[in-house]
Amino acid sequence: MTMTYDDTVMIAVEALTKSFTLHLQGATHIPVLGRMDFALSAGECAVLDGPSGAGKSTLMRCIYANYLPQQGRVLIRHDGALADITHAEPRTILDIRRRSLGYVSQFLRVIPRIPTLQLVMEPLLTLGVAEEEARTRAATLLARLRIPERMWHLPPGTFSGGEQQRVNIARVLVVDYPVLLLDEPTASLDADNRQTVVELVTEACARGAAIVGIFHDALVRDAVATRVISVTPHDRAAA
Amino acid sequence: MNKLLQVHDLTKTYGARTGCANVSFDLYPGEVLGIVGESGSGKTTLLRCLSAQLEPSAGTVAYDMRVKGLTDIWSLSEPERRMLTRTDWGIVHQNARDGLRMEVSAGANVGERLMAVGARHYGNIRTEAEDWLTKVEIDTGRIDDLPASFSGGMQQRLQIARNLVTQPRLVFMDEPTSGLDVSVQARLLDLIRTLVSRLGIACVIVTHDLGVVRLLAHRLMVMRRGQVVEQGLTDQVLDDPQHAYTQLLVSSILPV
Ligand SMILES: Nc1ncnc2c1ncn2[C@@H]1O[C@H](COP(=O)(O)OP(=O)(O)OP(=O)(O)O)[C@@H](O)[C@H]1O
Ligand SMILES: Nc1ncnc2c1ncn2[C@@H]1O[C@H](COP(=O)(O)OP(=O)(O)OP(=O)(O)O)[C@@H](O)[C@H]1O
Ligand SMILES: [Mg+2]
Ligand SMILES: [Mg+2]
Repeated sequence: MTMTYDDTVMIAVEALTKSFTLHLQGATHIPVLGRMDFALSAGECAVLDGPSGAGKSTLMRCIYANYLPQQGRVLIRHDGALADITHAEPRTILDIRRRSLGYVSQFLRVIPRIPTLQLVMEPLLTLGVAEEEARTRAATLLARLRIPERMWHLPPGTFSGGEQQRVNIARVLVVDYPVLLLDEPTASLDADNRQTVVELVTEACARGAAIVGIFHDALVRDAVATRVISVTPHDRAAA
Repeated sequence: MNKLLQVHDLTKTYGARTGCANVSFDLYPGEVLGIVGESGSGKTTLLRCLSAQLEPSAGTVAYDMRVKGLTDIWSLSEPERRMLTRTDWGIVHQNARDGLRMEVSAGANVGERLMAVGARHYGNIRTEAEDWLTKVEIDTGRIDDLPASFSGGMQQRLQIARNLVTQPRLVFMDEPTSGLDVSVQARLLDLIRTLVSRLGIACVIVTHDLGVVRLLAHRLMVMRRGQVVEQGLTDQVLDDPQHAYTQLLVSSILPV
């Protein structure tokens, strides 16, 4: 079955099925996603909705090709065409991530010992942006997210949870990725910073990014969502 | 983009014992491949077969030669193969003593590789050697000292300089950071990561440390009893391991 999509489609999820087999626990089988389908166009912000453990983060990680689905596939707009990230070679996945697909994970996981400003500049530098411009853009965003300048030369390893999360957001949103995945980016933020993230997400949508987000905060969700995709716990009996 | 290395059905046996069996993969320019697995799983055997240090029992290793294109390295003459390993390739041994010439100075260790690619001007060679010592954070005042007077971490950095000075396209590393203090390891890793990504060098790195591969490798290959049990994108293999052995490996370490 081959679906056709128009040029505005940025993400297509087709018959995506994901389960885990825990070999160390007597091969326990955990079905999570069963044949999920949806497509998302430029400028849309889809919020994933479902109870804890339903598989929202799992879906997002499948889209990022961090998890491997058993069936189905995910297509991401890359270099003008829809690329099958699920079955791509590692170097192609990395290229899609570098240029087309940004992912704010729930927790910051970065190369240790690298100063915050450098971390935020790095995605721009790998895209060939000049050092000076990269520095300016990184600094602007860190300032907007209220990371005090005196912290920029420190590695974020010792930062508070909320500070780390803001660094995490900055190092993704510093690039204008056409597709963005945001896994609870506002979870440990105060009201002001939450508002800043809402503005950043709204701006990304306005420039035509397609966004998949998980937001537990109802205010944030209502402010950014253009549609809601529900993720229901997989029918365990059927699996 | 052309493949840099094409490995097909590579097998090495030691009499009745299997070193590694039926390994196939392609490596592209600038790609970093990590090889992990338990002790005795065949990592070093595989690396030595790939890097022309050990002749495989079966299968092929083809390398994209600058002039001839993809060529089975065992079809080359001995001098051709030696030239390849000294210029276009680098080999960083676990034990720096195996990769350095201990009886000549630090500067000569670096300069020697340049002379292998035809450099003759003493002044230029010395300048370049100094430049590389600086890149690997060795005080140029130590250029005339013997490697034996260096610490383990410095020797390992010198070995890296010796290997990278000829601007190789492919570097093989076997446990480059093991046996060093944790803080020295961290500095060495930072150095390898920066140099490899800045110079766009392809790299095959064997390690038992999943933190090292998370940091350095684009792709990961998991070995057990000579076989590759799982391979793929590094973060996918580590975060969503499919094979029982990989799940065991990932669960036995602290989060990285
Ligand atoms: N790497 C993994 N290995 C095994 N099981 C996993 C893995 N990742 C997720 N799961 C399981 O998949 C199911 C869905 O988890 P997921 O994290 O996607 O839920 P979620 O909807 O994001 O929940 P929450 O709202 O609490 O973040 C859970 O049962 C979880 O234990
Ligand atoms: N020269 C040799 N002669 C005979 N058997 C050998 C030889 N070298 C290695 N082996 C055997 O081949 C198998 C693979 O060894 P290898 O050194 O490749 O493992 P490894 O994965 O590098 O292990 P480690 O993590 O301990 O370095 C082992 O069973 C080993 O005993
Ligand atoms: Mg979640
Ligand atoms: Mg070994």
